[in-house]
Amino acid sequence: MMMSCKHATELISQGLDRPLSRSERLRLRLHLLLCLGCRRTQAQFRFLREAMRQHPWKL
Amino acid sequence: MSAFPEDIQSSLNSIRPRLLGFARLQLRSAAAAEDVVQDALEAALANLSKFAGAAAFQTWVFSILKNKIIDELRRNSRMECDVDAEAALDETVAELFNERDHWAEMPAAWGNPQGSLEQKRFWEVMEACLDNLPAAPARVFTMREFLDLETEEICKELAISPSNCWVLLHRARIGLRECLGRRWFGESTA
Repeated sequence: MMMSCKHATELISQGLDRPLSRSERLRLRLHLLLCLGCRRTQAQFRFLREAMRQHPWKL
Repeated sequence: MSAFPEDIQSSLNSIRPRLLGFARLQLRSAAAAEDVVQDALEAALANLSKFAGAAAFQTWVFSILKNKIIDELRRNSRMECDVDAEAALDETVAELFNERDHWAEMPAAWGNPQGSLEQKRFWEVMEACLDNLPAAPARVFTMREFLDLETEEICKELAISPSNCWVLLHRARIGLRECLGRRWFGESTA
C-alpha cells in the first residue's frame, strides 16, 4: 500500500532533521515519484530552510 | 589590537536592530528581546579586551547573543499553551488531507521562490507568519533553523522527546508553508 501524503510530509520534514533509515528513504522516494503534491511540499520545506539561512537578521 | 571606542559604539548601533529582530523572533516578546540584547551588549563591552580583530566583531556579538537567548529559552523551557493558535493550526493540518490522509487539494507550486529573498516585504510576511504559529512549534522551528541547533540539543534544552520535536517541526513547516502560500505566493484560499 502506498504511503499516505500526510506521512510522506512527516518524513520529508524529518529528513531535514535526522538521517532517514534506508527503508524510509526508499518508500519516500517511491511516493515522491508518484505524487506531485508531495514533491512540491518537499521543495517548499527546503525553501523554508534556505530562507531562514538567509534571513537578514541572521549573521 | 582593539578598535577605538567610537567605532565600537557605531558598530553596535548599526547591528542593534538586527540583534533585536533576531532575539524577538525567538523569544516572541519585544520586552524580553530588549533585555537579552542589553545583556549581550553589556557582556560584549565588558569582554572587549578578549576580542581581537574588528572584521569578526559582529559575528562575535551575535554569538554572545545566541548564548544568552539559549539561556533564556532554557530558563523558560515550559512552553505556554497557545490554545487558539494551536486549534487554528490543527484545523489547517486537518483541512489539507482527506480521510485517507492524501491531499484534499493539490498544493500549488511556488515557481522560483528564490527571488523573494531579495524583497524586504517578503521578510515582513515571514515574520508575521512566524508570529501566527503557536508558541511551541514556533520556538522549536526557530531554534532549529535560526539558532542552527540539532534536534538533540533542542530536546535537551526544552526537555521534550525527539518524536515530539519532529511533530512540532512538521507542524511549524506545514503552518509556514500555508501562511506563505496564502500571503505571499498568492494561493487562493479554498
